[in-house]
Amino acid sequence: MGIIRTENLSHSYGAAFKQSAIDCVNIDIEKGGFVGVIGHTGSGKSTLVQHFNGLLKPGSGKVFINGEDMWAKPKEIRKYRFQVGLVFQYPEYQLFEETVYKDIAFGPKNMGLSKEEIESRVYAAAKIVGIGEKHMKASPFELSGGQKRRVAIAGVLAMDPEVLILDEPTAGLDPRGRDMILDEIAKYHEEKKNTVLLVSHSMEDVAKYCKKVLVMNKAQAFMYGDVKEVFKKAPELLKMGLSVPQITSICMELKKRGYDISPDTYTVDSAKEQLLRLLGACKSGDTIC
Amino acid sequence: MEEIISCEDMAFSYSHENEEKDKKIPVFEGLNLTVQKGDFVAVLGHNGSGKSTLAKHFNAILLPQGGTCTVVGADTRDEDKLLLIRSHVGMVFQNPDNQIVATVVEEDVAFALENLGVPPDEIRERVDDALELVGMSDLKLRAPHQLSGGQKQRVAIAGIIAMRPQCIVLDEPTAMLDPRGRREVMETITALNKYFGVTVVLITHFMDEAAACKRVVVMSGGDIILDDAPKRVFSNVEKLKSVGLSVPQATELIFELKKAGYDLPLDVITARDCIEKLIGILEEQGVS
Amino acid sequence: MLKDITIGQYLPGASVAHRMDPRVKLVLTIAYVALLFTARNAWALGISAAMLFFLYPLSRVPGRMILKSLKPVVPIILFTAILNMMFHDGLVLFQLWIIKITDKGVIMAVFMVVRIICLIAGTSLLTYTTSPISLTNGMEQLFAPLNKIGVPVHEISMMMTIALRFIPTLIEETDKIMSAQKARGADLESGGLIQRIHALTPILIPLFVSAFTRAIELALAMECRCYNGGKGRTHLHRLRLSMPDLYGAVFAILFAACVICANIVFPGLL
Repeated sequence: MGIIRTENLSHSYGAAFKQSAIDCVNIDIEKGGFVGVIGHTGSGKSTLVQHFNGLLKPGSGKVFINGEDMWAKPKEIRKYRFQVGLVFQYPEYQLFEETVYKDIAFGPKNMGLSKEEIESRVYAAAKIVGIGEKHMKASPFELSGGQKRRVAIAGVLAMDPEVLILDEPTAGLDPRGRDMILDEIAKYHEEKKNTVLLVSHSMEDVAKYCKKVLVMNKAQAFMYGDVKEVFKKAPELLKMGLSVPQITSICMELKKRGYDISPDTYTVDSAKEQLLRLLGACKSGDTIC
Repeated sequence: MEEIISCEDMAFSYSHENEEKDKKIPVFEGLNLTVQKGDFVAVLGHNGSGKSTLAKHFNAILLPQGGTCTVVGADTRDEDKLLLIRSHVGMVFQNPDNQIVATVVEEDVAFALENLGVPPDEIRERVDDALELVGMSDLKLRAPHQLSGGQKQRVAIAGIIAMRPQCIVLDEPTAMLDPRGRREVMETITALNKYFGVTVVLITHFMDEAAACKRVVVMSGGDIILDDAPKRVFSNVEKLKSVGLSVPQATELIFELKKAGYDLPLDVITARDCIEKLIGILEEQGVS
Repeated sequence: MLKDITIGQYLPGASVAHRMDPRVKLVLTIAYVALLFTARNAWALGISAAMLFFLYPLSRVPGRMILKSLKPVVPIILFTAILNMMFHDGLVLFQLWIIKITDKGVIMAVFMVVRIICLIAGTSLLTYTTSPISLTNGMEQLFAPLNKIGVPVHEISMMMTIALRFIPTLIEETDKIMSAQKARGADLESGGLIQRIHALTPILIPLFVSAFTRAIELALAMECRCYNGGKGRTHLHRLRLSMPDLYGAVFAILFAACVICANIVFPGLL
């Protein structure tokens, strides 16, 4: 029994569209995983994750958190918002308080925690995302774009959710800002052992940080498995309009031309090792040549 | 070749409003750059490298505090030439939502022409041409909020193209788009440059977009640290990494193999080139 | 969901009414409203109301749209009806303490109700058959002469266009901010009035901040596209009078003549 499980989960938007945003999704996400959720715009990935903390109510089907049916008691849905923290796309647009401290404290305050508890959580969350104490009294609107984003993420981290979901947390950031945020999230996962779901367009990022991948396509869960398994299906991913890392396409082509390189390679290091093995083997006059 | 943009010894600094009045934060000093007619230049750099500030000089949103910025033969500080400059060098911004003025696609594309007082029949013709060029003719009667991010950016590009400018400057036009939208925008501007000879200046922090241009200008800390064809720029793997920029994976792989002692040329940026070079060396070493 | 709200009341179509010049429609609507208030007796009012039974099918606007547009003004209609019933002299039909209902009062109340219904239904027809953008365009050109007496006609119409453009964007944004704050445990649904108003802060502040950012960026983008105020501007859509406008004008004159005749021929109320 995983931490998040869905049973024939479907949802469609508005009578006008009559088109399912997600259609009969059955997945089971294990506790403590670092899962990448990929798929292009309109594949249903954002709609799916908004079901995990009860922001959207299933059209049909069920969502279980730790084995409990989320909508068994609709009045208590708010408690799942604290169990499953969701960071939206461009979360800096939700900042509103006078100080960074107060903004991060908004979630914990809504949970009804004690003042001491709130304070320790705010500082802990700020530390994870690398917001120093000197910024705590500053207005969030004075910070740089990347800092604002990190304060917004801290606002969700401070609720100390069992599951952290980030919907494209690096959208619009430059490579340096992107790496910083993803590294911080990876570190958070490493230390807390909490479940993290990373919604992303970037196969590179997913390959680099996640252990498992959920691929959404046309409102359905196309596949859910280890990164390696998913990359084995690279040709299908390409067909559905997702882009695979450049290194993967290089290795795929080399394999096609008959070289002994695994086509599901997704890091430069791995490609380099395989190539050196091939080349080195020849140098030493091995028989595989 | 004709120069469209020419910056000479340009300096600019932002003054900090909150603190002491005299405190100025310099963005760049003594910057020199020329863009020729027909160029397809990427300006690559991090946030804070000065690339957007530079772009804003190209159509006189910002004026140089030192040196000169000459655009289509006019000094940007000459207020009488403002309309001339802006109608010849159009600008597309990052956020697709915040640059569309009208409630209907074709009306928005017409906006600049209406401002310039172009007669209605000619507006119609130019708007239709511009929409055709960016592949948005079918959606010309849609409301902007019904479009995807990539489509909105193409509308914004059409709005500039309708002015029939010599040059189009795009300030991180793909930063807020998904991969499909990014592809749409890149294809559109590549076609503009290739088939219609429009000079393109693309400000970006995506190195793969820069790799697709004809020329790459790398900025860091307000300085131009590299300015060359993409292949040659990206062969400076260590230099780029030292300023926190990455290189295409193809380049990186070749770089790593070279480091391991294999004789490979570093000017590889595309997957195809890389495969060719790899097969070359594999065959040379006798791997079948 | 907030996204489902439609903006304006425009029903796209290709009827004669849809094809008319927005300026003509504006003038005719104003004329219709004026005539409604000059209609003094049942005949004149009857003709005015009958007009609508002719115009709605002609414009291919379903009749139930009239009910839809009347819905918000029901309290006003009831209020005027009651007031009219009580404050006219005449034959007393019913009396309770100081409240007297007279025959003339009832007639005046019916007149007033018909008048308001016609007013709403008539003006709604304009917005049902004219897109907001062409309405704005029509107003700008129709009222352009007012520029001479210092009315910033172009600026007002530009503001209307931008407002129309950004309403859907801001609605979507509100939706997003609400979800984001709910995800942080904001409770928007329970509590008393004061609590609920207080709970709106986390939504309104981000909304204002982003609206200002949008305004600044849009202003810059407009400047870059050579926007320089209304002077010397041309329009993609040049408004031109065409046959439907001629029909409309002829019809309107005939109709106005009928109403005026009715007013003169029948001096009484009924």
